[in-house]
Amino acid sequence: MDSYGDLIAADDVLLFVNAAITSTGQREFHSDAGEQRLSLDFLHAYMLGNYRDLYAGVLALDINDHNAVLVIRHLLETSGEATAEQRRSEGRLIAARLATLPPQRVYGLFDALRRARVNNRRTRAIMRDWLSARPDAAFDAVKYRGGLKRALRHAHLAPATKELGAFVFAPLTRKRYETPLLETWRRAHYEQAALYELPYTAAEGFAAKHGISRKVFLERIAPRMTRLETLRLRDSAHRIGATGTPADLTRMPLTRLATYVLSLPVEERVRRRAELTHALESAAGRVAGPHRGSWGKVTAVLDDSFSTFGSVHKRRRPLAVALACHHLLAALADDYTGLWTSGRTDALLARPYGPTPLGRRILDALDTAPSRLVIVSDGWDNAPPGLAGEVLRVFRTRLDPERRTSIVHLNPVYDAADFDVRRLSPTVPTAGVRDAEDLPALVELAQFAEGRTGLAELITYMDTRATRMLDATHQERSR
Amino acid sequence: MTTLDLTGLTTRPSQIWGGVRLVPLVRDEPVVDLRLNARLYEDTLGLVEIAPRHAYISYVPHGFVATWTGDGTPAAAYGTQLSADVDSLPTATMGLRIHRRMARREAKHRLRFLPMHLALEGYLALHFGGPTIAWEEWSQRAIRQGLSPRVEEAYAGAEVRGLADALRVFEIHPGQCGVMVYVSDALAAAFIVPHPDDYRALHASLLQDLYGELIHHYALLMPPVQDFRARVPDTEIRSLAQLRTAVTEQERTWAQFHDTTMATELLEQEHTWQSVHRMGRFTLSRFLPRFRPKQGNHIGEAITDDLGRIAYLKTFRLSESQVRRGHLLSRLAAHDWHLADTAAELGLSDDQLGLRLDSAGFGFLLRQDVLDGYRKQRRT
Repeated sequence: MDSYGDLIAADDVLLFVNAAITSTGQREFHSDAGEQRLSLDFLHAYMLGNYRDLYAGVLALDINDHNAVLVIRHLLETSGEATAEQRRSEGRLIAARLATLPPQRVYGLFDALRRARVNNRRTRAIMRDWLSARPDAAFDAVKYRGGLKRALRHAHLAPATKELGAFVFAPLTRKRYETPLLETWRRAHYEQAALYELPYTAAEGFAAKHGISRKVFLERIAPRMTRLETLRLRDSAHRIGATGTPADLTRMPLTRLATYVLSLPVEERVRRRAELTHALESAAGRVAGPHRGSWGKVTAVLDDSFSTFGSVHKRRRPLAVALACHHLLAALADDYTGLWTSGRTDALLARPYGPTPLGRRILDALDTAPSRLVIVSDGWDNAPPGLAGEVLRVFRTRLDPERRTSIVHLNPVYDAADFDVRRLSPTVPTAGVRDAEDLPALVELAQFAEGRTGLAELITYMDTRATRMLDATHQERSR
Repeated sequence: MTTLDLTGLTTRPSQIWGGVRLVPLVRDEPVVDLRLNARLYEDTLGLVEIAPRHAYISYVPHGFVATWTGDGTPAAAYGTQLSADVDSLPTATMGLRIHRRMARREAKHRLRFLPMHLALEGYLALHFGGPTIAWEEWSQRAIRQGLSPRVEEAYAGAEVRGLADALRVFEIHPGQCGVMVYVSDALAAAFIVPHPDDYRALHASLLQDLYGELIHHYALLMPPVQDFRARVPDTEIRSLAQLRTAVTEQERTWAQFHDTTMATELLEQEHTWQSVHRMGRFTLSRFLPRFRPKQGNHIGEAITDDLGRIAYLKTFRLSESQVRRGHLLSRLAAHDWHLADTAAELGLSDDQLGLRLDSAGFGFLLRQDVLDGYRKQRRT
């Protein structure tokens, strides 16, 4: 039997994990960026002050990059408060997480540490290790020149080679660089053809300097773009008539792809139906992997009410998560039914419109007698308010007390006022979701939110995840 | 026809945000032969998708500003207008001189409203023409110009705290043709249009609408309102079908509660109607409440069809002092503006009524020497 304090601790951790998965400190449909940040900052301070070990352990879960950076920063800022043992385990977790973060985020973190005047020995060691593990120092020096320069200066590090040092701190003093990429960068100042061998973001500035037209630039730089850059610029390139290599949609991550699909006008979605559906299905299939078709009879209630528009910062994010979950669940289940709140049947044409009659949709879903019911919604059930909670409560207590149907609610939106994602009913576990790809792990995590498992199990779970993450990084290293 | 007939409109569950409650009204079947003037749609292009239009009568809500005039200068519709074909110009407009800076600030494809005080002034002037019989006590100005110009104070929707956010996060129902706006559960306004597309185009215009001081103060001072959350009694339920019945019952209960309890002051109060214009099967009328002091009183404009059902409705909640003024004016009007008769009905003496008119802001209606005489009587 857990003590009262343990129950609260478990509750706090889950609450924080939900927040750290969903909130990115950006504006949401119901709250602005300021409220989100304020609310999130409080949670970070609270966790750090009360449960330092668990706070660090959260790094191993699927929290989003924004929060991972915040966690690492807070841990490093307060190194003095940690014991030697804590520092060792934190250090391993931080290193493992930094390895999976996108480099621009990490350079951003180093900048934030510099601004906060955090320069302890441990921070410098972490920066040194991360920088030495970067696969191509010259590439970093070209693409993240400012970030690298400030990081080197702040951590008192010597650049990998002498040439690199000159490149970063006094770039145009050399007549010639031995490293090909650095030499290309030097030549790009004077020679237009050279800039097309640089990474896209670095080349963009040179293109402006040389006055190259956007159309020509996008066509020729296309091979150098990353996957996401190609996806992002695909439509603006089309508009100005550039015909670069088209983005290979089947290789895109699922939720990104859903966002892209939803950004297209309806006519285009209808025209490219086969291509888009195939891309979504193959992305979902890749995520499902070995679990494909193993979830039994699944019914999903998917929210496409007006509030899934999100905000101008996170355009249609909640809807994109729902669309991605729709395809992922279709891949995971062997018998799948997806019900949209608006009553639409064609998922590809989803758009945020209308109220949220969740209660009725959940009833329709329960009519299909599923073994698993997944609800993807921001929890603003308003037609009528609170009905979904009542339906779920009556179903759990009266109609299905033996839990033949497992129900889970996934919520893509952090509710700043409540310091948690909005819940539908205390009888149904709610978990935050940012990328549909994490869905299987989140369903696992949501079981803890039901309050039937205690702190000990939760800690074991987090330790397992931490070991898994450390192993993965270790394997990566040894390869 | 004395009360409002909302046949064809169903009440849907309310959505709240802070102190503001918005109750959507959904039409089972949209009215297709009365539509918003096409020129207003032109102004909102890009904002709304427009279904094919077969309307042969169009309307322009009161106070809408658009380039009605031939020379391209903006003008405001003075009173709601009906016209025989979809894009003809309204006849009664009021020219506006918009300062260059003000005009530039406004987005290009945005519906615009009259400067607010002008619109409300218009409302009251439309309702009260001034003395009908030139009794000797009334001043020349009152007889020649009536009540106009009178300045009434009201707050623009943008000044009502929380209303902007409430309208922004409101999820419009499919087929929604109207909304009732409550602030701290006091009915602030009712707005109904014939077609969902029109509603979609005009939803945001509620923010540029007028609200009385009561609404403004409620929004500022009162705590957030509570949701009427659904409650399903679970003792009787044995199957999903029974649960479904209970859910339907919940929805019905709310609609009934709203129509018979929350909106009574508008729906069940008798109004004095004045028909303004008839075109095809539609009638444009204005209505006044009975001016019952210390209760919610709403004035408004409505377009009704041949069966008396509301096709278009816009109301404004009068503030307490406006109700008092309206009460005085309606009593005066009932007695053909005869002071002594009115005073007798209200149980006052002549001079008391005269001073009451003065303190209500109608002193200019009385001849100066008469008013001075009343004041002197009071002093002695």
